[in-house]
Amino acid sequence: MKKTVLLGTVAGLAAGGALAQNSSTLEQVRDRGNLICGVTTGLTGFSAPDANGEWQGFDVDLCRAIAAATLGDPNAADFVTTTGQTRFSALASGEIDVLTRNTTWTYSRDNDLDFEFAGVNYYDGQGFMVPAELGVTSALDLDGATVCIQTGTTTELNLADFFRANNISYEPVPIETNAEAQQQYLAGACDVYTTDASGLAATRATFENADEHVILPEIISKEPLGPAVRHGDPVWGDIVRWTLNALVTAEELGITSANVMDLAAEAGDNPEVNRLLGTEGELPEMLGLESDAFANAIAAVGNYGEIFERNIGESTPIGLARGLNALYTEGGLQYAPPFR
Amino acid sequence: MTTIDHAGRGEGGFRLSQLLYDRRYRSLTIQAVAMILLVLLVVWLVDNTVTNLSRQGKDIDFGFLGTVAGYDINQTLIPYSSQDTHLRAAAVGILNTLLVAFLGCIAATIVGVLAGVARLSRNWLISGLMAVYVEGFRNVPLLLWIIVIFAVMSEGMPQPRAFRGDDPAASMLLGDSVAITNRGIYIPGVEFAAPLAGSTGWTWALILGAVLAGVLAARVVKKRADARQEATGERPVTWPLRLALILGPAIALLFVFGAGLNKPELAGFNFQGGIHMRNSLIALWFALTLYTGAFIAENVRAGILSVSKGQSEAAFALGLRPGRTMSLIILPQALRVIIPPLISQYLNLTKNSSLALAVGYMDVRSTLGGITINQTGRELEGMLLLGLFYLVTSLTISALLNVYNGSVKLKER
Repeated sequence: MKKTVLLGTVAGLAAGGALAQNSSTLEQVRDRGNLICGVTTGLTGFSAPDANGEWQGFDVDLCRAIAAATLGDPNAADFVTTTGQTRFSALASGEIDVLTRNTTWTYSRDNDLDFEFAGVNYYDGQGFMVPAELGVTSALDLDGATVCIQTGTTTELNLADFFRANNISYEPVPIETNAEAQQQYLAGACDVYTTDASGLAATRATFENADEHVILPEIISKEPLGPAVRHGDPVWGDIVRWTLNALVTAEELGITSANVMDLAAEAGDNPEVNRLLGTEGELPEMLGLESDAFANAIAAVGNYGEIFERNIGESTPIGLARGLNALYTEGGLQYAPPFR
Repeated sequence: MTTIDHAGRGEGGFRLSQLLYDRRYRSLTIQAVAMILLVLLVVWLVDNTVTNLSRQGKDIDFGFLGTVAGYDINQTLIPYSSQDTHLRAAAVGILNTLLVAFLGCIAATIVGVLAGVARLSRNWLISGLMAVYVEGFRNVPLLLWIIVIFAVMSEGMPQPRAFRGDDPAASMLLGDSVAITNRGIYIPGVEFAAPLAGSTGWTWALILGAVLAGVLAARVVKKRADARQEATGERPVTWPLRLALILGPAIALLFVFGAGLNKPELAGFNFQGGIHMRNSLIALWFALTLYTGAFIAENVRAGILSVSKGQSEAAFALGLRPGRTMSLIILPQALRVIIPPLISQYLNLTKNSSLALAVGYMDVRSTLGGITINQTGRELEGMLLLGLFYLVTSLTISALLNVYNGSVKLKER
């Protein structure tokens, strides 16, 4: 009798586990009442807690936009810190719903690790930062240098390729997080710090004497950074993809956090604005969202341009130019398919 | 009829109900049922894993070990480049793990024995200091010590470029042969002008072999001297011969292969030449040594205290000096108490070396269990291999030390 009860419990647990895995990510998020995003352990401008412990940054805002679109509340987002090594396990195991952690979209991550990248929110490339007093002007001068590098990243592989292709040697110092890398670099335990150029700019902005460090001109790789979700739940992938597209489209159409509520109050002259904000047609409903989902997202964090300028733009200490990340109408690569 | 038949067979008869009610069979029944349940549980766990993996579109495949690793490793005991396979990267990591475990076990034993004996000292200052050391290291997590030592080294030591210029802020020690920097310690290495078969590795293997042969020969000499002492009461002086047997052939070989010192020199960004003991290795080694040494000190103290006071009193009565009493009377008896827990300290040290990741030491946890898993997405396979490696290593260490334990433990006849 007791054994039957035990076996029954085990079977019940197994069935429960299986059921929990079968429900879609959107349902899980709605049942839970919050969205869980994987972010960095701290990269100013992209994802870092501010003085009040509130997460702020470019990637954080994307997460809040998704929370606003799916749950109607940008503050219903929880953040789980991940390192370069733990991020994929966290996503694959379901610990997080979406990875918004300047993660490079590559072929093998998409296909071998079985993730879906829902677009590119920052076009980046790998660069090098060195102390100005070394007098180094090109990455090709770095023969024999000690290089700090975050382990478990694409930059690790690019670095090996770059030095091998140019037939110069280096000493890698593998490091777990950006904060540790920064500390090692400032202590002079390595001559060079390499990561995505945006990350270098963000890190340098936090230095006491930012002028004493230069970012070398070479960009040695393509690093399209974007949000990633698990493979096998296409609707959830579409929600993330189209939330990002909505933010980009909003900038293109001139919808800002200031005017979005007025525009969403009633249908206006521009049909694409109407469709995006849910006053015409049923686009958000096709994904199982409320009609004002994208309007909520834009109201919460602003359009793509606003998010960029507020967190990492030229008016911030990080001071990144739009460059490749300008809208296609302004010579950049940010281009969202039409809301139709 | 049948009932009578059963009764007729007496003790040789067997009824199914006996499985439950007969004390002779009941324990077998319980064991069999428990075994079946255990097997079912294991089957269910494995099946669950495989099903869930296949639902995620993953299978269990070790083929990734044969693909190109693509990443570089700073400390490599065997030749390695980023174009080698993940398998070779794992091998590099395994050797790095074994290196720090080996260095750590030796150093921890020395520290532990000294501290354990010193803690029993009648000198209040020495025993007090040792008590502070033991309690301080035993009761603070190892990870903290590793990080503290690493931070002190990288923040407190001079950068290589501080050694440059006419009036450098830092200078090398011991006749410009050792440089202590915040990237590690550079010491002179031995290089061969004419190594055996062009390979430094083989040359070292040959020299090591010569030393081992010398040690064996020296033992033979010592046994003969012992036998002579037993027989005649005279002990011939053998130490010059034994020393020559151990060191002679090795030194001769060093000359044959044209050994010379290769001093580190500042060139470009870093010191070049010599041996570079990286910060990460030193921090890990030092922390593992002090941490495990504190536990071993307690084992040693317990072992010494387990030898009854009468033994040392008897030794003193025979006129033995305190040093001889310790080495001839107390330690041999204490060893049988010290060795078994010492084995588990060695195992702990080896397993604790997987904290290497915290300071970027590229052990097997960082290569196979870190970067390789991250680049290939083969978490389960990587972790299984990693577990297997630690299991095999631990069992090997434990088997070797059990042999040693067998030779020192109390012989009961």
